[in-house]
Amino acid sequence: MEKITGMIFDIKRYSIHDGPGIRTTFFLKGCPLSCWWCHNPEGISAEPVMTYRAGRCISCGECIAVCPTGAWSRRPDGTPERDMTKCTSCRACERRCPTTAIQFAGRTISVADVVAEAKKDIPFFDASGGGVTFSGGEPILQPLFLGAALQALREEGIHTAVDTSGCAPEQDLLRIAEYTDLFLFDVKIVDQTLHELYTNAKNDHILSNLKALDAWLAKGGQKNISIRIPLIPGVNDSEAGLLQAITFIRSLRSVQSVHILPYHSAGSAKYRNIGMEYRMGSTQPPSAEEVERVLALFRGHGIDAVQGG
Amino acid sequence: MTAAESGTYNDFTQINLGGLTRDGEDGVSEVSYIILDVLDELQLLQPQASVHISTKTPERFLKYACSVIRHGSGYPSVFNSDAVFMEQLGMGKTVQDARTGGTSGCVETGSFGKEAYILHGYLNVPKVLELTLNNGVDPLTGKQVGIATGDPLGFTSFDDLYGAFEKQLNYVVETKIKADNYIQRMFAQYAPAPYLSVLIEGCIDSGRDYYNGGPKYNSDYIQCCGIGTVTDSLSALKKHVYEEGTVTMQDLLQALKDNWQGHEPLRQTIWNRTPFFGNDDEYADVIMQRVYETLLDTIDGRNSPKGPTYHVNMLSTTCHIYFGKMLGATPNGRFARVPQSDGTSPEHGADRNGPTAVVKSLSKMDQLKSGGTLLNQRFLPSVLAGDGGLDKMAKLIRTYFNLGGHHVQFNVVDTETLRKAQKNPEAYRGLLVRVAGYSDYFVDLDEHHQEEIIARTTQESF
Repeated sequence: MEKITGMIFDIKRYSIHDGPGIRTTFFLKGCPLSCWWCHNPEGISAEPVMTYRAGRCISCGECIAVCPTGAWSRRPDGTPERDMTKCTSCRACERRCPTTAIQFAGRTISVADVVAEAKKDIPFFDASGGGVTFSGGEPILQPLFLGAALQALREEGIHTAVDTSGCAPEQDLLRIAEYTDLFLFDVKIVDQTLHELYTNAKNDHILSNLKALDAWLAKGGQKNISIRIPLIPGVNDSEAGLLQAITFIRSLRSVQSVHILPYHSAGSAKYRNIGMEYRMGSTQPPSAEEVERVLALFRGHGIDAVQGG
Repeated sequence: MTAAESGTYNDFTQINLGGLTRDGEDGVSEVSYIILDVLDELQLLQPQASVHISTKTPERFLKYACSVIRHGSGYPSVFNSDAVFMEQLGMGKTVQDARTGGTSGCVETGSFGKEAYILHGYLNVPKVLELTLNNGVDPLTGKQVGIATGDPLGFTSFDDLYGAFEKQLNYVVETKIKADNYIQRMFAQYAPAPYLSVLIEGCIDSGRDYYNGGPKYNSDYIQCCGIGTVTDSLSALKKHVYEEGTVTMQDLLQALKDNWQGHEPLRQTIWNRTPFFGNDDEYADVIMQRVYETLLDTIDGRNSPKGPTYHVNMLSTTCHIYFGKMLGATPNGRFARVPQSDGTSPEHGADRNGPTAVVKSLSKMDQLKSGGTLLNQRFLPSVLAGDGGLDKMAKLIRTYFNLGGHHVQFNVVDTETLRKAQKNPEAYRGLLVRVAGYSDYFVDLDEHHQEEIIARTTQESF
């Protein structure tokens, strides 16, 4: 089981917004959704994705020299330019690049290495009530790896959380539930049409998954779902839309907390780095008053929502 | 050291709050909270305050101190009473005398009212490596200031190089102590301190002056600077010259001589592909441990006129900037004359795995054998927002101390604020930042110090 591998695109220590305490978060590759506001766009594809940070590049030309397919060329001003249609992801440029301006998001890691990495911060987990979070991408899209990693961490006595969009097969979700101490479950948009417009997927099975998980956990009397609602201006912040979410959440029995995560644009530079279009344009984060209005709406309906993770 | 070299002025008074009583009970009282309130409200430059946290200290006191730190003044600094206590025992003090001591100046451990613990000057450890790489010649002046430890092109292994570094270090320390002991005898003979001698226990009983071994305890500290820079430089040499052959010693020495001009791809390769101190990486941390043990072996227990009183201290105050100015380009990718790493902090920008990794690396240094270490951490306010952010900061400190850390201090500001302050100093008169073991007004610092504060790694967390 320790030899099972998965594909991740980042590991973040001292994660303080992905569940309780000080945590180490593993970001798993691949997501069936492509939400407009996604701040980890390099995690959407299940395959490694080339990121190029122009700010780090010193135009030394090593990438051009080493590329076997001519995907890299020099612009008239001397800076390198990529043609991704010619790239075969051989990663020769990544290995050669002295500045790390070129990096591929995506590498394989074994369950044993996940455990070894997590164990480094056990003193912090123990002091703060923290542990490990699997995020993404959609982590449940790698069910074998995720399940094995969760099981191995449980054997080490490390608290585990899974941060999910809910967009995964129900059987996989329920299978990992046995080894998961906390679910961070996104409720983005309850309205079918709007959900499909902004995430590129229908939400009927996401909501039915949440109900199924809720029922399964409720049987064991566990209250370990933490609902997370990204608050996106102009997308899901209308009162009618929020009331739909409130009604849905009130029908659940295993919810321990509800978190409102205000939109931020910190991920916008990543789109440029991987050659994707950022569809949120110049959308501004919601104001403090706006966030307070939303929190008050939830509280008015008996849900003690809080801001942030 | 003149005002120009230290770049600041401060009288280094330090109010110790909390800690342990002489009987080993928790020393936090209502007054501890009141003093924190006053410091928070007045935002005074001096006196500085530190909080001393033992396993007996209530969590609420630590969190209260964290909430004051979060306001961004850089104080109180935070000390581990249990570590300070152990350091004192290690230097031969009684249990009670160890508890009634604390820290003064920046981070220096001592027994208050019973001890002369004297800072004997700073040791530029990366400079010793630079001398080693130039067979004893200072490349900045062309003068032979060290001993000839061999042409580095003749070293066939990392251990050859390290052996030469040890010899060079030993020579520098011996020279330094010879001069220091001469100065000590001069103070004792020509500049006695009768008033101080009346106040310090032991002087009257022994009939000897404060400077002449009169106090109950005597410690002479040599402050070793640049552990981050020297560790990373040795790591780069080990990996790229002796293990992977990325570059030959000759080419690397040429690049250093050229201050990396014309060698940017090599500099970038080293800067981005070398295990550095501060990342919880065994490769680099083992080198740090080796250097630290060498410093202890070379300094600890050396004789002064008062006996075997020399000890290692690991603070740099502001000397990392001055010592950086006196240092050429270093093998870790650092340019000539820019600051070296401060205290026991990692080299600026070399720590890339967040604060828990920094704490883990620092905890591999057996800090109880020193008279003090100094860890600077800068956080943006967003990381510490809300009760959750505050609680995690407190837990980070607790864990560092559980792992044997001596001291940590925080700058809680963002780069944007600091840049604005540089452009419009009038509007930021009151902006306090932590410089080394103390806070100063940011706009009163010279440009080098301002840039250095900005360069200290920002520990962002989304």
